[in-house]
Amino acid sequence: MTDWLGPEEWQAVLLSVKVSFWATVLSMPLGLICAMALARGRFLGRDVLNWLVHLPLVLPPVVTGYLLLLSFGRRGPVGSFLYDTFGITLAFQWTGAALAASIMAFPLMVRAMRLAIEAVDPRLEEAAATLGANRVRVFSTVTLPLILPGIIAGAVLAFAKAMGEFGATITFVSNIPGETRTIPSAIYAFLQVPGGESSALRLVAVSVVIAIGALILSEWLSRRVAKRISGA
Amino acid sequence: MLSVDIRKTLGAFQLQTAFDAPEGVTVLFGRSGSGKTSVVKSIAGLLTPASGRIALGARTLFDDGSRINVPVHKRRFGYVFQDSRLFPHLSVRDNLCYAARVSDRGGRSPDHVADLLGISHLLDRRTHALSGGEAQRVAIGRALLTEPDMLLMDEPLASLDGPRKAEILPYLEMLRKETGLSILYVTHNMAEVARLATHIVLVEEGRVVRSGAPDDLLTDPDMVRLLGIRDAGAVLSAAVTAAPEDGLSELAISGGRLFLPAVEAPVGATLRVRILAQDVILSTTRPEGMSALNILPVRVLAVRRGDGPGVIVQLQAGHDRLLARITRRSADALGIAEGTECYAVMKSVAVSQTDIAVGLQSGL
Repeated sequence: MTDWLGPEEWQAVLLSVKVSFWATVLSMPLGLICAMALARGRFLGRDVLNWLVHLPLVLPPVVTGYLLLLSFGRRGPVGSFLYDTFGITLAFQWTGAALAASIMAFPLMVRAMRLAIEAVDPRLEEAAATLGANRVRVFSTVTLPLILPGIIAGAVLAFAKAMGEFGATITFVSNIPGETRTIPSAIYAFLQVPGGESSALRLVAVSVVIAIGALILSEWLSRRVAKRISGA
Repeated sequence: MLSVDIRKTLGAFQLQTAFDAPEGVTVLFGRSGSGKTSVVKSIAGLLTPASGRIALGARTLFDDGSRINVPVHKRRFGYVFQDSRLFPHLSVRDNLCYAARVSDRGGRSPDHVADLLGISHLLDRRTHALSGGEAQRVAIGRALLTEPDMLLMDEPLASLDGPRKAEILPYLEMLRKETGLSILYVTHNMAEVARLATHIVLVEEGRVVRSGAPDDLLTDPDMVRLLGIRDAGAVLSAAVTAAPEDGLSELAISGGRLFLPAVEAPVGATLRVRILAQDVILSTTRPEGMSALNILPVRVLAVRRGDGPGVIVQLQAGHDRLLARITRRSADALGIAEGTECYAVMKSVAVSQTDIAVGLQSGL
């Protein structure tokens, strides 16, 4: 495998996995909260939240990336606050790539989680309450186990989407080898130089395998959640 | 004792219900859509009344005046729903253990309760592999394992077919006897009322129209319209006095003797028998040369004429009361009026249907 991929290609694959992993893991709690709010919440501004969550799906990725650069750049309002207070810089760093990837993958994650939550029969939660379980316990012992496959499916989809993110990433954090050059950026870079086609093709193959694998896994997990909820 | 006095508007529907449920099995009886389920949900805390008060013994669960509204999980009712609502991600055993674990009261063990309800052989099954009757018994077990102060049962048999109902009814009777738990039981099925009730609360359009003991309420001619004319009839307690010789058992009621086939209870057992008004024939003279075995001397207490061709006759037999439904023409021809002494004739089969509660130590 190491022979098959050159060092630069290897570097891009490993970086992509690192960026996507953190993008997925760190956005899961917020994703679950948004999914719960959208599936169950009855509050003012629910539609606005729904639009916000779905916005990265329909905006041109380069627009999302540019907005990130404006707000999280060293001189942007959020970026300057983070730098002055914590000494953290996101722009042109792999952490910035993770932020861009998580935002672009967020709608997919929330959709999968929301579908799982909506499939849970609230009458089961009522039953648990009558047995003496408080709200936290009802959530952790009834709701969460029933939606767990949906949460994992959402995470798998988000991971695959993050692996493929290009437009927002390259706009926000550029294309720095070893720092922000993920698989898509690397493919793009290889295509710009003569003789880079073979490297690009190898990375294309890796991307296709990861994408198909993620789709199959998330489909399988969605079916499991349906089965689990119907009790079969 | 549970006391309820609540008001709430539900759409175009006005819930204004007040009643007490003493110890024993209180049946909340009413047609579909009369608001019974909303009442039970309010008691359990799944629905918040607009105003009023709910108290179990000395413990106030809801009182809008003093802003008390105990949350569902602290009310300590065992709630058995019409659909069993077992947790699909847990096995039968884990469903039972869930209840035992959530409750902080020690008490019965899951194995003991499973034994009591005849579900020990199902413990390792997934819930989807259960029949409706089995699932409902598991649900009852789950409710019991929280060591509740009272059981709320909302039409627990309504989604089951006839044989499955017959499978569960004995367990409900046993439950009452073994645990001594008071039960609020919602139904619109008269056979279940006849078999289980020690107190009846009649609900119509969200209001309590009448409440009282079954022997008063079920033999009140004014109640016939509410209970349904086909289901009207007396529930009597009867003692088995002789074992079957030719397949018929002899039972004593206060007004005489009954001969019933297929009674499985031993001599000395007390049973409930249900005599439907439409199965009773009246005769002004003692019938001779007739195949019917069950003939009781009775006195007419009241005659209620409706708009139709039938009349409802309330009868005194010993210290029990019966209802008979006969035609207006017959009543006029026989001169049946208050005070008339006559004979009530019941075909054996008419009193020996599945409504007989074998083994019940009747509270009547």
